[in-house]
Formats: sequence, C-alpha cells, structure tokens
Amino acid sequence: MNNDAFGLIFAYQDDNVMKSLTQKRALSSIPFGGRYRIVDFILSNMVNSGITKVGIITRNNYQSLMDHLGSGKEWDLSRKNGGLYMLPPFFSQGTAYRGKMEALRNAESFIRKSSQEYVIMANADSIANIDLDAALEYHKSKGADITMMYKKQAFKPAEEDVGQNCVIKTQEDGRVIDIAMDPAPSDEIVNLSMGVMIMQRSLLETLILECSSHNMYSLHRDVLQRRINDLKIYGFEYSGYFQKIDSISSYFATNMDLLNTDIREQLFGTNRQIYTKIRDEAPTIYRGQSSVKNSLVADGCVIEGTVENSIIFRGVHIHKGAVIRNSIIMQDTEVQEDSELNYVITDKDVVIRESRKLFGYNLYPMVLAKGSVV
Amino acid sequence: MRMKKTAVAMLLAGGQGSRVGVLTKKVAKPALPFGGKYRIIDFPLSNCVNSGIDTVGVLTQYMPLDLNAYVGNGQPWDLDRNDGGVSVLPPYVRGKDGEWYKGTANAIYQNIQYIERYDPEYVVVLSGDHVYKMDYSKMIDFHKEKGASCTIAVLNVTLEEASRFGIMNTDDDNRIYEFEEKPAHPKSTKASMGVYVFSWKKLRQYLIEDEADPNSQNDFGKNIIPRMLEDKEPLYAYEFNGYWKDVGTLPSLWETNMELLGEDSPIKLGDPSWKIYSRNPNEPPHYTAPDAVITNSMITEGAVIEGAVENSVIFYGVHIGKGAVVKNSVIMPDTHIEDGAVVEYSIIGQDATIGERAKVGMSREDAIKSVHPGKLTGYLAVIGDDVVIGKDQVVQAGEMLGENRI
Repeated sequence: MNNDAFGLIFAYQDDNVMKSLTQKRALSSIPFGGRYRIVDFILSNMVNSGITKVGIITRNNYQSLMDHLGSGKEWDLSRKNGGLYMLPPFFSQGTAYRGKMEALRNAESFIRKSSQEYVIMANADSIANIDLDAALEYHKSKGADITMMYKKQAFKPAEEDVGQNCVIKTQEDGRVIDIAMDPAPSDEIVNLSMGVMIMQRSLLETLILECSSHNMYSLHRDVLQRRINDLKIYGFEYSGYFQKIDSISSYFATNMDLLNTDIREQLFGTNRQIYTKIRDEAPTIYRGQSSVKNSLVADGCVIEGTVENSIIFRGVHIHKGAVIRNSIIMQDTEVQEDSELNYVITDKDVVIRESRKLFGYNLYPMVLAKGSVV
Repeated sequence: MRMKKTAVAMLLAGGQGSRVGVLTKKVAKPALPFGGKYRIIDFPLSNCVNSGIDTVGVLTQYMPLDLNAYVGNGQPWDLDRNDGGVSVLPPYVRGKDGEWYKGTANAIYQNIQYIERYDPEYVVVLSGDHVYKMDYSKMIDFHKEKGASCTIAVLNVTLEEASRFGIMNTDDDNRIYEFEEKPAHPKSTKASMGVYVFSWKKLRQYLIEDEADPNSQNDFGKNIIPRMLEDKEPLYAYEFNGYWKDVGTLPSLWETNMELLGEDSPIKLGDPSWKIYSRNPNEPPHYTAPDAVITNSMITEGAVIEGAVENSVIFYGVHIGKGAVVKNSVIMPDTHIEDGAVVEYSIIGQDATIGERAKVGMSREDAIKSVHPGKLTGYLAVIGDDVVIGKDQVVQAGEMLGENRI
C-alpha cells in the first residue's frame, strides 16, 4: 500500500460510437456489469492501491458521472485530507480540450497542490482489477521517468472503434523503444497500452508547462513519441484480465465476459473490491415459472420469466412468459409478459410492452435509449 | 448550543436472544441476518429515519462488537448527523461503580445524560428483535393528541395468541386500565409490540423513582408501566394495523424469512416509499450457472447458484454447488453448500460449510407425513455460524448444531 502517489483519471473519451448510451453521459459513466459504472473499476483500483487523493478530469456530459461519484464516500474518498476532486473544464478556455496535455493544464493547480511524489494517470474506459502498487514499485525500481502499463494481446479494434489505441515496443530491460498510435490491425500479439501511466509529479508539472508554452497538447505525440529518447520510458506488463471499451461490440463482449467464472473471479473474487454507488435495493425475488441460466442478476429485481446468458441490472422486472437471451438489461427496465429479447441492450428505465419481439445480432446488438417505450 | 429535539429514540439492543440458540453465539439478536442482506436492527433504525427521528441511542450489552461495527457511524441509515445521529451506548463505569444494564428501564436510566443533551419532549423506546415498518411520527401525534404520559403500540392478535404477549386492556377510547403479561385468560387481544412513546419529563421521574426502589427489577413491563397505571397516569394503546413479526424464536425467524417470498408477501422490503436500509456488503450481482434451477426464492448479490434452490432465502456471498438442493431454507451470508448436498427446512448460520453430499434437515414429504401441518417449523434443522458439516454427514430435522460434524 502506498501513500506517495495520487491519481488522475481522464473521465472523458471520444464516445460518439457508443450510440445512445452516451447521449446523456460520458463513456466513463456507462452502466456496466449489473451494478457498476465503467469508472468504478479504475477508481477502485486506485483506492485499493492505497491512493487517497484522486482527481477526475471531465470534459463534457459529466452530470451523470458527478451524480454517480457524489462525495466519493462509496470509494472511501470522502476525506479531510485528499479524497475525490472533480476537475471540470474552465469554460473561459473556449472549446473542449484538444488533447490530454491541455486537459492536464486545466488541472495544474490540483497537481501542484498535491504533496505526493508520484502521479498515476489512467483512462476511465476499461474493465480490469489492476494492482497499481506493483506498477509503482516497478517504476521506482527502474528509476523510470514514465512507466506505461501494457497488455499483450492481438490488436483487432472493432470497425467503428474511435481509435486512440497506442501500441508500444519494448526492449529486453523494459525500456520503451517505439510508440505507435493506431497502427494497422493484425492478428499478431502486440503490447497494447492500457492508458495507465506513472510519473513523478515534478516531471508532469514540467511537461505541462513545456507543452503549453509551445502550443502542444497531445500526450502521445508531443510528449511520449517526441521525447522517447531523452525520457526513460518503461513498459510494465499486466497479465490479468483487461478490456478496453471503445465500441458497442466491445461493451457487449466485455459484459458477457463476466459470465465466465475465471474472469469474474479475477475482477470480483479478490479482496481488492470494486466499489460503486449504493442503491439500497432489496434482494432479487424469483417467482412463478422463472428460469434463469448463466446470467448475472443484481439486487432489486423481480424475475418471473426466462433469462439466459444475460446481465440484469438493479430494479429490473421481467414478467411471466418474457424471454431474455444474450442481452444487457439496465436499471429499472420492465419487460412485460411474453416479450422476447435477443442481443439487445436496454438502457435505464426502458419499458418493453407485452409480446414485443426484438432481435439484434451478436456483433451488432440492438441498443434502446434510456426511457424508451417499445 | 445543541439543537433541541422533539423526539429521541432509544433502541434496546442488548438482548442475548437465547431462544435463537446457536445463531447468537457470536452476535446479539439485533445483529442477526435477515431477508438476504439485512440485520434485524435495520428495521427499527430505518423506521426511525423514515419517521423523521434523527437521534437514536443504541443500547448494547451482549456481544457488542459485531453490532457496534455494523451500526458504525450510522451512515447507511442516513444517521450520520452533525447534531444527533446514532450513538452506540454500552454500559459504563462512573466513579467507582459500574454495572451492567440490570433491566430495560435501568438501561434507559443509565443514559439519562445522553437523552438530556437533546432536551426532547418525547422518548421513543424500541427493541431490536422485530420486523415491521412503522411510522413512529404518527404514534407521537396520537400521543400528543391524547395528552398521554405513555403510549404503547399494540397489535390485534387472535385470542389464542394473546396469552403469549403482554396484553393491554383498554376502555373504548383506548386508554389502558390494565396490563397483563402473558395472561392465561386474556381479556383483550391488544398485544404490546414493544414500541413505547413517553413524555420525557414523566419517564425521567419514573426512572429515578424506580431506580431508588431496591425491590424493582427495573423493567418497563414489570415495573414502570404497572407503576404508572397505579398512579392513574394517562396511558394509551396505539393500534397498529401493519405487518409486525417478533423474530425472537427460531420458528418465527424462519417463518418471517419465508413470508418474504411469493406474490402476496405481506412485507415489501424494497418499497421505495419506506425503504429498509442496511450496511451494504458490496458484492457483484449474483450468478446463476447454466444448470441452476431457482424457484420462488430470494437471492442476494454475491451469491453463486449452481444447484437447485426452492422456496428459500439466500444471503449474500452464499455458494450453492452443482447438484446441491436447497429447499424451504434460510442460508445466511458467506455459507457454502457444496456439490450434491441437500438442505431442507433449515436455517444455516453465517460462514458455515455443508460438505459434499451432506444432508441437513428433513424432506418436505417426510415432514408432512410426520408432522402436523402448519407446525413444520418445529422440525427445523439449525446450523450455527462457522460450523462445518463434513462430506456425507447427516443432520437430522430438529437438530441444532453449534459444533462441527466431520
């Protein structure tokens, strides 16, 4: 456990591929896994690594995120010293940030006032239960300027993927020798950057100033790529479960991954818990002819129909004769009698009326916007 | 200046709960798990906050550690307040003397100082072993309206049941003229629910007098209420028509859990207009495996169901293995029912393990054959916290087991 690092989370991502899921919220606050939001994972990872001060950098659509995080008490971040800081943009700057260095400039005073020696920066766009402590120890032991976490995997982003995928090459001692943004997809195993980065706070302050005085704003292009030779950049491999959510299909697949017991154990089976906002729901009630197979069901539901291979969020009501397969049913959705859903994602508060039949496709699930009535 | 409070609640949570046997070996009765994710004490605490009472003293004595940790700063019930909130009040030493709470009245007497800090008009005295949803503010209104010194909440029970309760005999205006504890021949069916509203000045006076009486047992039912009646104080019965269950015995604990199931369950835990709050265990959604069969049951987050569950209440963190069968049972948090085990008509405590192919309790058919219908609960098997039942072991119906059987 360490107390010499603070966290910075980029809670905005280019999210125009997430369809209606990001109509009224940032990607980081999309509901995930029955009761979580995407941001819960990286935020809990930080807290579980002993970090007690976290800044959340937002850009737009952050009302839902603020509502979710509140004072941070569910993550044990409602503190006198440190705790959770929301860092929305100053609107006097005009339009949205062009890049991370510009966003960081906006958080400069938060960074300067932090007393911790190190900063761990991460995106709120992936699902993993990462031991950040190990990465920080690695950073210290290498005497690195910057440590980038990466995961070895095939690089095959979905067609509608927004990009921003960073692939690195390392030499034997872990030193990063090449950084490529959005290279050509391939079946080969590459080192995909997880977007988690560690550096000294003083270095970050210097880099922010340097970038702003030269009208540079991209972390990857203007800092990492440009200074790959004079900064000691190291890669730290992470071998656990990690999935970046950057398309509807990856969102769907990552939710479905939770039905795999090994993956679920990796994410939730350790004492490094994933925290989320509490809703005080009663346990779920199964009634009548319910049949539920290979599914995750949160509290507060009433299940009277059939559910298979699905993720059911809190407060969902599935009536008699309704059949849900391969679907993600978000909070407070009601599926009325004899309806049938297959490969469907329903956002919060959706009502599926009696005997409706909705079918999506594995790689192209149908998405119903928040509050829709079918 | 401390803000004056209209009402302060005092929650008597020191009871050992010997009638629930092995389940309260480690925890006080109010801390007993109930309904998948709750503890009994969640009911009075949630009732307080939902009734607008934001100052609650929780009087602990027996096995306080778990209860203290559970109540904590009161945040889950929204009782972490700048002024008031929840305070855990154990017995303490003053000067050279110190003593345990001698009785219910003595427990309040020892905390007169706490109550005086808030200078309340009314004190609500509650107990920690009932499952119910009640708006105490309506009862306080009734108390005011009647100009009562003390108001006692009552429930209409059947004449047969009446001899198991404290019974209030009242006139037409609900004024109490007599109180009988477990009468053999009840004159009324108004049973005390263990919920009292007192005008604080009056109660204070009676507590001090009672304490000075060396022959008193310092108990509300045995001493304070009879003394007030003797003095012709205005005591009123407040009729409550909702659901109320004493869960102080094993059969009633089982039955009350079972009443959460089914379409016409008399108590809706999740009803947003009167939520019952609890300290959240923070578990992922429950997982039902491809071979799971769940019928008419309540399943909580963090549970993993690979076998069959029927008419049962499954708490958080429970694992039910492949081919295991759980019927008509209450399985408390973090207990493992291993592959092929069969559990019927049972209450299994927390963190217990039922080994592979072990059998606990009696089958439904056998129970119906051998037992008078409606009295099945006497044939419950009960397994205590942390108990391990080994592979292929058998626990008979009616057995209560506090130790491992390997």
